[in-house]
Amino acid sequence: MSAAAEGRPAGGGEATLRARLAGWLDQRVGWRQLMSVALDEPIPGGARWAYVFGSGLLFVFINQIVTGVFLALYYVPSADHAHSTVSFIQKQVTMGGFLRSLHAYGSSVMVLLLMLHLAQTYVYGAYKGRRELLWLMGCFLLLLMLGMAFTGYLLPWDQKAYFATAVGTNMASEVPWIGGFLKLLLRGGNEMGTLTLSRFFTLHVFLIPAVIFAAVASHLFLFRKAGAAGPPRPAAEVRQLPAETFFPAQVWKDFVFGIGLIVMLGALAWRRPVSLGPMANPADATYLPRPEWYYLPVFQFIKYFHGAASVLGIVVIPGVVVLALFALPFLDRSPERRPLRRPVAVGSLLLVFAALALLGVQSEVQDRRDPAVRAKLAAQEEAERTYMREPFTPEENLGPAAGGGGAAATAPAALSPEAAKGALLFESEGCSGCHGAQGHGGGGLFALANLGKRFSPAQLLALLHAPRPDMQQGGMQPVHLKDEDMNALVAFLLSAQRDAAVTAAP
Amino acid sequence: MTSNTADTPGTTPAAAGPPAHHAEAVGPLAPSTRRSFFGVLVGSISAVVGALMAVPLVRFALDPVLRGGGGADWFALGSPEDLAKAAAAEPVRAEVSFRRVDGWRATTVKQTVWVTTGAKGGLTVLSGTCPHLGCVAIWHGDRGRFVCPCHNGNFGRHGELLGGPPPRGLDPLPVKVEDGKLWVKYQYFRQLVPDREVIG
Repeated sequence: MSAAAEGRPAGGGEATLRARLAGWLDQRVGWRQLMSVALDEPIPGGARWAYVFGSGLLFVFINQIVTGVFLALYYVPSADHAHSTVSFIQKQVTMGGFLRSLHAYGSSVMVLLLMLHLAQTYVYGAYKGRRELLWLMGCFLLLLMLGMAFTGYLLPWDQKAYFATAVGTNMASEVPWIGGFLKLLLRGGNEMGTLTLSRFFTLHVFLIPAVIFAAVASHLFLFRKAGAAGPPRPAAEVRQLPAETFFPAQVWKDFVFGIGLIVMLGALAWRRPVSLGPMANPADATYLPRPEWYYLPVFQFIKYFHGAASVLGIVVIPGVVVLALFALPFLDRSPERRPLRRPVAVGSLLLVFAALALLGVQSEVQDRRDPAVRAKLAAQEEAERTYMREPFTPEENLGPAAGGGGAAATAPAALSPEAAKGALLFESEGCSGCHGAQGHGGGGLFALANLGKRFSPAQLLALLHAPRPDMQQGGMQPVHLKDEDMNALVAFLLSAQRDAAVTAAP
Repeated sequence: MTSNTADTPGTTPAAAGPPAHHAEAVGPLAPSTRRSFFGVLVGSISAVVGALMAVPLVRFALDPVLRGGGGADWFALGSPEDLAKAAAAEPVRAEVSFRRVDGWRATTVKQTVWVTTGAKGGLTVLSGTCPHLGCVAIWHGDRGRFVCPCHNGNFGRHGELLGGPPPRGLDPLPVKVEDGKLWVKYQYFRQLVPDREVIG
């Protein structure tokens, strides 16, 4: 294609060459019109910082895609290799811990931005004025993102990933009629296992992202079709406001916000990389799972519903809240957009957010208040830190490394509820400091073997209250707890399961 | 484009700047100057941040490429006298196996070496790996030569190149005699080049 074909006089300068090249491309690609469509969108009332959250989500989502694709370079979605590969990424591969942290923290930032984007749209009444489908698509994207967070959480296959997902998938069985089937479908069987991991991987990496791409495209298309809503004022007033095009002012604000997010995310991932716990040990019945912060409110909410009422907490009430969210533009038909004139709408949003925050805080407070739980959670965190300090060890041949890297002794299959409480007390009261996990001994510690054959509950109780002189010489302190706690501790010490675990292990 | 405004944004060429009635909402600069200033600013900051972010990504992806291989081990092959007797008749095949860390797993790798007589007498141990494309050369007693089964490279009994596509003869490995045994150190060599180069 010769320059003369463009019908421009030969200028010879760099500017004309550039202009000619731009013209050549434009005739073939039509990029000027594309840019115009993308950048000249009018925003009534001009650019505002309040509008940056949607673009912020796109920035962080791109971060998730890029880091996710790179993590897939070393990850294997199989129960016997997943943990090794994540450990390899985290401990061995250059920048592996950093990229994994970017990805993991990125999911939290996504949830945070979703809340802000939703709140801004809600408070500004920007779902009004033939924007029902735009809003519905946004709600759908919210659910898809929560699905990404849930499915991604299992992939490292460490203790917390495994047990949090075990609880999460169990919740599915509360759905009326199809619950049992739903749980089977999610897990690929009755129990969590390698098929669960494959399913979650496929959902996380192929299915949900594909749907998200389509939904984001629709969301943007519908947004452009409806036009920017502008500030929360009566429609007639908004129409009168001087408009500003998307570029440059709003693009600049979105860009500064997006880059700021990425830089903060990078700083966080660099300074405080996420950790990885020991490999999932399904036999560890004592593990106390806790979900990510954004699922804590739901986690706490469920505690208030017992027995047959569980379905209310797990399915009915959350379902009603989500349905109400979806139905919002159909329920609220008034054209009024000023937040102060919509006390019911804005009040209910504040109420829901306050309730979520309260539930989250309550969950944290309860965990801290209960000494046994606090100690167990602290011990789990310590196990994670210990695992992180160990150097990476490759899997030998085709089998998983012996013990899977887990340091904890295998817990007894089924302790009675009282003995289970005693097991927690054994940790929290510091007994394991001198007697080893479960009284296992080892490494110069005082093993507590065959107690069931040597003592009756009353004898053991007396011994705990007033240790023999030889025990006191070894450092044994008298144990004084509430009566029920003493009984729980004795039940644990005398349990056949504990004895079996202690004597069976080397 | 939008439902409530005219179609002007869609049809206005971007180079012409925003419609005139937007001018008063804009700063002191002329609209087109302001637009190209922001364009350059957004573009250059994106380039800088993008380049910064690319560093960890590239380092991450290149990790196995930049990581050096582990040190080679010595393998005992047997008594030098016995091997010399056997090799005088025809080259003796031996297998060395060692642990190789393959990313997140460790595997056992087996490699073929040939114990044969040296061109200047004594014993030499050849890597069985053909310097052409890495198949294992096999001794053909009836023809008195090593033949690579893949592309028909031919080597003499001391490993010298006789014919075929390989650029050089079979690669001799470092050997030593210790505790009455012949030891060999297994090495990998760069393929397809005429001069020997150890790569791990």
